[in-house]
Amino acid sequence: MTTFMLSDTTAGKIAGQLTLLRHQMGAPAIGMVLTLVVICEERDQYDALRAATEAAREHPSRILVVINRETDEPTRLDAELRIGESTPGEVVVLRLYGELTDHADSVVSPLLLPDTPVVAWWPGKAPDVPAKDPIGMLAQRRITDARMAPDGGVKALATRAKGYAPGDTDLAWARLTPWRSLLAAAFDQPIGKVRKGQVEAASGNPSAPLLAAWLSERLGATVKVSDSAGPGLTTVRLTTPEGDLSVARADARLATLSRPGQPDRNVALARRQTPELLAEELRRLDPDETYETAIKRLARSYKP
Amino acid sequence: MTDPQAPAEGAQAVDSTVGSAVDAATPGKGNGPAGATAAASAATSVAGTSTTIEAAAANPLRDPRDKRLPRVAGPCVMVLFGVTGDLAKRKLLPAIYDLGNRGLLPPGFSLVGFARRDWKNQDFAQLTHDAVKEHARTPFREEVWKQIREGIHFVPGEFSDDGAFDALAMALKEIDETRGTGGNYAFYLSVPPKFFPVVVEQLKRTGLADAPPGSWRRVVIEKPFGHDLKSAHELNEITTSAFPESSIFRIDHYLGKETVQNIMALRFANNLYEPIWNRSFVDHVQITMAEDIGIGGRAGYYDGIGAARDVIQNHLLQLLALVAMEDPTSFEAQSLRREKEKVFKAVRLPADLAANTARGQYAAGWQGGQKVVGYLEEDGIPPDSVTETYAAVKLEIANRRWAGVPFYLRTGKRLGRRVTEVAVVFQRAPHLPFSKDDTEILGQNALVIRVQPDEGITVRFGSKVPGTAMEVRDVSMDFAYGESFMESSPEAYERLLLDVMIGDPPLFPHQREVELSWKILDPIEEFWATQGQPEPYPSGSWGPPSADAMMARDGRVWRRL
Repeated sequence: MTTFMLSDTTAGKIAGQLTLLRHQMGAPAIGMVLTLVVICEERDQYDALRAATEAAREHPSRILVVINRETDEPTRLDAELRIGESTPGEVVVLRLYGELTDHADSVVSPLLLPDTPVVAWWPGKAPDVPAKDPIGMLAQRRITDARMAPDGGVKALATRAKGYAPGDTDLAWARLTPWRSLLAAAFDQPIGKVRKGQVEAASGNPSAPLLAAWLSERLGATVKVSDSAGPGLTTVRLTTPEGDLSVARADARLATLSRPGQPDRNVALARRQTPELLAEELRRLDPDETYETAIKRLARSYKP
Repeated sequence: MTDPQAPAEGAQAVDSTVGSAVDAATPGKGNGPAGATAAASAATSVAGTSTTIEAAAANPLRDPRDKRLPRVAGPCVMVLFGVTGDLAKRKLLPAIYDLGNRGLLPPGFSLVGFARRDWKNQDFAQLTHDAVKEHARTPFREEVWKQIREGIHFVPGEFSDDGAFDALAMALKEIDETRGTGGNYAFYLSVPPKFFPVVVEQLKRTGLADAPPGSWRRVVIEKPFGHDLKSAHELNEITTSAFPESSIFRIDHYLGKETVQNIMALRFANNLYEPIWNRSFVDHVQITMAEDIGIGGRAGYYDGIGAARDVIQNHLLQLLALVAMEDPTSFEAQSLRREKEKVFKAVRLPADLAANTARGQYAAGWQGGQKVVGYLEEDGIPPDSVTETYAAVKLEIANRRWAGVPFYLRTGKRLGRRVTEVAVVFQRAPHLPFSKDDTEILGQNALVIRVQPDEGITVRFGSKVPGTAMEVRDVSMDFAYGESFMESSPEAYERLLLDVMIGDPPLFPHQREVELSWKILDPIEEFWATQGQPEPYPSGSWGPPSADAMMARDGRVWRRL
C-alpha cells in the first residue's frame, strides 16, 4: 500500500497526486463504481474506514473521509492518500481546520468521480436533515446510523422521518433485512390474518420500533415493542387465529422459527457487522420506499 | 451389505434422526400443546405448506418495491443422487452452503443423500462438512452449518434396490413431519445418464414423482442430454413418463454464469450495441471454449462422445443463441426460450462439411511447461479411438439480422490455455483516410465477452500511437467484473439450485432446445463418422492445421487467445 501525505493543500493538488500515484502503480482508471463520502470524527475514523474499505471490496469506490478538526485553528486542509492492494479503490482522508470546516463540500465536490453515484455516510453523529447538509446535497444516497445517535436512536429516527428525502436510509433498517426476509419467507405459505404482534429487543434498540412499524404497516395490526435482555432483537411474535408465529433468537446467531401446526426449525440469523450492512446499502442506490413508509409510521407513533 | 438388510438399516437411521430432531425441537417450543402434536398436524397440513405463486403474491410482507428482501425458496427437501461424485463435492454441496450463508435457504430445508455406501447420516454430514470447508465461496460460519446439519439425512442403497427407495420414501415422509417441508422435493440426478431410467422408474414406483395437491416434485438432470437426437428423445421419454416437462430442470451450468446472463443485459439494456449488432456491421462471430486439461478421469464417458457432443451441442450453441437472438418480450421462460428456439431453427449448416468443419485429437506434447501424453495414450482409451478432442464448425443463421455472417464455434482439450469467450468481430472501416502504411497493423474492431476466467468485456479499436506520424494501432478497453463488482458474483450452481427450489425456469434449456441443437449437430457427427481418424495436434497448441485452413479459406483467422 502506498500512503502519501499532503499538508496545507487543495482539492486540485489531491486530484493530481491521485492520478500520479495510480500511474506509478501501473493501474490507470480501474472500474470504480461510486464515491463514498464518510463524514466522521477523528475517533471514529479507524473503524469507519475499515468498514468502508471492506464494503469497497464488493463495490470498488473512491472513499473520501471528511474529518472536521479544530474550528479555531488557522484554515488548513491536510490530506492522506492511500492506494494499494488492501484497498480496491482509492482512499483520501481529509482533515479540515478553521473556517474550512463549514465548507467541506468545496473540498469534496472536485474529488467526486465523474458521472457515477455519490453516497454519503455518517457513521456517528449525523445531521437532522441529511438531504439539506452541504455534503448530503452532493449525494444520491445518504446513510445514517441511528444506533450511534447521542440522545437515543428512536428519537433520531423520528426526527429524520420529518426531514426524509428520497435516498435517505439508516443502518438500523439494514440490520433488519435478515429478520424481514425470514418473516416474509414464513408468510409465503398461507397463514391467517395477524391480530396483533410483539417485537422484543434490548432496551433502546432503534431497529425494534422500526421492525414493529414495518410489520404493522404491512399487516394492518398493532405491533408492540417491549424490552428484553438482548443482544439486539430477540423475538418477533405474531398472533393469528391458528396460533402464534414466532421467531426467537437468544444468542445473536441462531433463531428458532415456530408456526402453528408445524415443527420448530432453527435458522441461521447472525447479527451482521458494519461492512456487511454498508455493502448492502451500496447494492441498491434507488430510493428505499419501504423504509420511507416504515420510518414515517414510526414517527407517527413516537412519543418522546 | 446384503439386500434385505439395506432397507432396515435405512429405516433405523431415519428413526433415530426423527427422535433427536423432535427432542431438539421441543424445548425451544413456545406453545406446549402445539409442540406435542406438531408431528401429527404437520402431516395433515402438508397441502397448506407449499409456496405457491398465489400465496407469495398474497403475502402481506412482500412488496415489489422492497428490493432488499431476497427471493427465498419455500420449504423443501433436496434429494441428491450421486453424493460421492466430483460434482457434488466440488460444486453442489458448497453451493447449498453458500445459499444458506446468504440467507436464501428456507427454514427447515433438508438435504438427503442417496448412494451405494454403508453410511449413516453423520457420515454424509461429514462429507458435506469437508466439501463445504474446502470449496465453499463464502466463509464458514458455525450457525449456518448448524442449520444445514440439522437437515442432513442419508439413505444407503443401490438404484435397483426397491427396498432402498421405499426407505427413501419413508425418510422423506418423516422429514416432512419433523422439518415441515410440506412434500416439496427436488431430485438432483448427479449420476451418469445410464442410471436415469432406473432412478426415474423407482421414483415413479414409489409415488415420489407424483406431487400431491399443493406441493411440488421436481427433477434436475445434468448434461449430457443424450448423444444424438434419437437418444435425447428417448431420455426425455423416460423423464416425462414420470415428471411433466414443467418439473424437469436441465442444468447447463453455463447459463447460470453471471457473464452469460450479462450478455442479455449488455444487448438489451444498452442502446450502444444493438444498432450495430447485425450483418451491416458484424463481419463474423467466434465462440470459443478452450481447455488446457486433457480428459482426466473421464475416459469412460468421453470416448465415443467427443468434443462436439460434450461442449458444442450445449454450451456453445446456447451462447450462440443468446448472442444471436432477437429481444424477448420479457425474461420469462416462455418468451426467452421461444427466441432461442427461433435461432436454432434458423441455423444452417454449410453445404460442404469437409471444408467448413475441422476436428482433431491431441497428441503428446508440452502443455504449459509440462510433458503430457496424447489422447490415444490416456488410460482407458483404445489406441484406435476416432473420438475428437477438438471440434470447429462454421454455422450460418438464416434470418434478416444475420444472413451471410458466419458463426465459428470451436472447442478443444489440451489447448494453450483455459478460456471461454464470445468475440463479435466487426467489419473494417469502409474507407481509411490514412496511408496504407499508417494502418498496416490495424485489425478489425471487436467486442469480446469473456465468459471465463477473468470475466468481463473487452472492446478492441484503433488508436493513434503517440508521436508525430499518424500511425494507428489496436488498443483495448476493458471492463472486468472483478473490478467493478468484486466478490459479489455467486457461483453458477448457487443461482441454478435456487431457481430449481423457487421453480423459476428461464435459465434451464427446454427439451425443444435440446432436440433442436441435436438436429444441428447430428449431420456433422454423421459426416465425421465417415472420416476416420481425426487430425492430430500437439498438446499445448491451438488445434489442428485444418481448423486454421478452414478460416483461411474464408479470409479470416482465429483470434489468438
